[in-house]
Amino acid sequence: MSDARSEILIRIRAALGPDPAPVEVPRAYRTAGDLAPGSPEAIDLLEDRLLDYKAHVRRVSADELPAAIAQAVADLGAEGPVVVPDGLDPAWLTGLADVVADSRTAPRSNAELDAAAAVVTAARVAIADTGTIVLDGEPDQGRRAISLVPDAHVCVVRADQVVQTVPEAVRLLAEHPARPQTWVSGPSATSDIELSRVEGVHGPRTLHVLLVV
Amino acid sequence: MSTFLGIPRRREADDEPFGPLPHPHEPLRWGESFPRAAKAALGNTQLRRNLAHATTTIRDKRARVVAEVPDWEALRDAGSAVKQQVLAELPELLARLEQSVTERGGVVHWARDADEANRIVAQIAEAKGADEVVKIKSMATQEIGLNEALAARGIAAIETDLAELIVQLADDMPSHFLVPAIHRNRTEIRDIFLARMAGAPADLSDAPRELATAAREHLRRKFLSAKVAVSGANFGVADTGTVAVVESEGNGRMCLTLPETLVTVMGIEKLVPTFTDLEVFLQLLPRSSTGERMNPYTSLWTGVTPGDGPQEFHLILLDNGRTKVLEDEVGRAALHCIRCSACLNVCPVYERVGGHAYGSVYPGPIGAILTPQLTGPSGAQSAGHDDPNASLPFASTLCGACYEVCPVKIDIPSILVDLRARAVDADRGRLVDPVAAAMKAASWAMSDAGRFAGAERAAALTHRVGGKDHVVRRLPYPGSLWTGSRDLPVPASRSFRRWWADRKESE
Amino acid sequence: MRIALAATCIADTLFPAAPQAVVRLLERLGHEVVFPAGQTCCGQMHVNTGYVAEAVPVIRNHVRTFAPVADGEWDAVVIPSGSCTGSVRHQQAMVARRVGLDELAATAEAVAARTFELSELLVDVLGVTDVGAWFPHRVTYHPTCHSLRMVHVGDRPLRLLREVEGLDLVELPAAETCCGFGGTFAFKNADVSGAMLADKTANVRATAADVLTAGDMSCLMHIGGGLSRQRSGVRALHLAEILASTREDPTPLPAATFSEMTTA
Repeated sequence: MSDARSEILIRIRAALGPDPAPVEVPRAYRTAGDLAPGSPEAIDLLEDRLLDYKAHVRRVSADELPAAIAQAVADLGAEGPVVVPDGLDPAWLTGLADVVADSRTAPRSNAELDAAAAVVTAARVAIADTGTIVLDGEPDQGRRAISLVPDAHVCVVRADQVVQTVPEAVRLLAEHPARPQTWVSGPSATSDIELSRVEGVHGPRTLHVLLVV
Repeated sequence: MSTFLGIPRRREADDEPFGPLPHPHEPLRWGESFPRAAKAALGNTQLRRNLAHATTTIRDKRARVVAEVPDWEALRDAGSAVKQQVLAELPELLARLEQSVTERGGVVHWARDADEANRIVAQIAEAKGADEVVKIKSMATQEIGLNEALAARGIAAIETDLAELIVQLADDMPSHFLVPAIHRNRTEIRDIFLARMAGAPADLSDAPRELATAAREHLRRKFLSAKVAVSGANFGVADTGTVAVVESEGNGRMCLTLPETLVTVMGIEKLVPTFTDLEVFLQLLPRSSTGERMNPYTSLWTGVTPGDGPQEFHLILLDNGRTKVLEDEVGRAALHCIRCSACLNVCPVYERVGGHAYGSVYPGPIGAILTPQLTGPSGAQSAGHDDPNASLPFASTLCGACYEVCPVKIDIPSILVDLRARAVDADRGRLVDPVAAAMKAASWAMSDAGRFAGAERAAALTHRVGGKDHVVRRLPYPGSLWTGSRDLPVPASRSFRRWWADRKESE
Repeated sequence: MRIALAATCIADTLFPAAPQAVVRLLERLGHEVVFPAGQTCCGQMHVNTGYVAEAVPVIRNHVRTFAPVADGEWDAVVIPSGSCTGSVRHQQAMVARRVGLDELAATAEAVAARTFELSELLVDVLGVTDVGAWFPHRVTYHPTCHSLRMVHVGDRPLRLLREVEGLDLVELPAAETCCGFGGTFAFKNADVSGAMLADKTANVRATAADVLTAGDMSCLMHIGGGLSRQRSGVRALHLAEILASTREDPTPLPAATFSEMTTA
């Protein structure tokens, strides 16, 4: 009796026959959009899509960012500290009173994350067409758990990180494919009851996106 | 009523309206043949209302978000070709995936069948000392009956997707890929939660938001304390070892991120060759599935990332009949399926009878071509009429709506026709079949105009039985199958052929 | 043009008024119609039911009968059926090839390339949408599945109907949903078929149309059979019967659901 691996591979080869014909993949689809990365039109589109998902969106200048972050957290009216990845720019956090840092080497417990009022992170790239923000676990975005367990996520996206299409984002992410990625398109939601979408299940029920323009 | 902890139990008579189906021994073959099961389902008016409402909603949403993609057809062409490429290069790509995952600290297992896959999952959970695992909704684990197999070894599998939780609490079977509880409406779901979910608030209303919140509270502690999670996979990238799971609620992220150990069960056909290929499928899948531009959450991980997420990752590559499907050059396209469920949502047959009538965890048009191939004898054969699954390829009008929406262009009608031929061939010489006799007679008459004209002349003699309306209202079996709900026009007193000949003669 | 008519087995035997109307229409438009006497059926029923071996001689007969169109004997073949046109285009060559008849498959493809569904012939080949018809009745149109999704006739039938003088065209709700016929599906899954038919006839009746029309007599036989059973008073007429109707030579509303053949 052969092992499972060999047997499955033998079955596959037998099923395919001696010389399976090679397949050419046509790639006539768009690999870039009409809107330039970071252009006002791309930002407008991203905002429109995010609002459609019932995310909160605010455009701010770099100078206004610390105050905007503080305001977004205050608006939650929630108790508890704000979790941040330890690689986040400390200048962003000057308006926050109670900040706890998290990192791969000094992780917070799940219970601590659950007790937090919010998490603040940066992002890797955003896709305007689909209203998607991608986090890739770098030090300004942190462990996957921190953007998941707290009930509110304040995410900072720079204008130059906004691309129009999915292929533009995937090709950028393909430079570091092994990084753990989380693609976020609005707050947690479900369509499981009569296929009607309602926001707010297990992930953060509130998503604040601050677009730095 | 006792709290349900994820362990299937015997159904009691007073469980109604829950659990219309006892958990089957075979997740790919249960119940009666399709026509009988469909007849029973048609009698359930509540079910038909629920399905009509849900499928109409999702059809419209899908149509809207697909229409706004200018290169949708080009994406479908690419998606279809990538999946063909995957099958053509499957041995090499699987080996590459195994190597990539292993290099990144993951452990790859191979499972020839359901038992083998279930045993591997159970052994991993037992090695971790876990008596419960949290689960992400997955068709592969449904297909292998993982929850039941784990329960038999004393391990509770807790479904965390809302619809899957509803199905599990109700001791029911799923009836849809995306929304396994599509056959339930909000009031039924409220009743199920009140009866079966620990800690459900007594004043729970049937508002979807409240129901979702109740599920959140119910599962929160489980997520924060679970040691082992089990998932399926939407895509596995051969060249990088990256695995992708696409979801909405965040239950997937909880399972993929918080436990120390993650076990992923992935069908061997779920591969894509390169990371960049994801740019095709992450556009096709969400719009076809939930009718959204993008689903709320997609997780991609590659082996183990020190300090972030599970520190032990097992990937189980599952055959369980897939290599049999691969044997047939036409039927193998069923393995291109990315489980979006668009074909279910547009199917006029599915809309009326629901998923349970198909007697498999894979219902609808794709189920009608996938299930009989997964469970049939090898060598592109059909089990013939003895097998209830042999009725599945006939559970379609061949209207083509499924092919039109399929994001990877699976020509489901053509495969249905191909499988019908296999079923007919399997029964040849094995039984006296009036349909087969009629088909042979018709073939003889229709392959020669002289014989056909003779048959027409004979048929024309029956014209008089149609009376002044020229229809027959009642026929004995099997004609009664037609006249049960419609009149049958009688043959014309003079065929077109004769009219044409007479006209030429008079000229 | 010289146009060969493939009448379809079902219309030839049960509904001769439909191919008769095709003849009236095309001759009125100044074309010559021929009816190759060797024709019977395209083979679709056998293929779709799984009787591939039995389909082969039927397909061979169809291809042989209409092969002259490939040599220029006729300019085109017209079929007043989306379903049979779809079978000619997408099944015949495939089936022939599967049983190793490559030569038959090649001829089938050549014939298929010159074969058109009626509305395609009128709009694409003959370049007309106003065929000079007059039909003073309230009409609703059911786009049959195969004409829609195999042959892709699109809105051609509607464009033709919109030009018919006196015709009150009313939209059919859920028009693109299958009527539940599906050939032997109506027998093998009679209950589901009946449920689909009930929804289709309800939608037809909701339009308060006098006439339901379509490009396929098979689907019309199914829906019309339901309308007849319900004694709805709605007539089921092939698109050709409406387009053939003029002030001088009107297509009468039949006494019952389906047309009797004309005696001309």
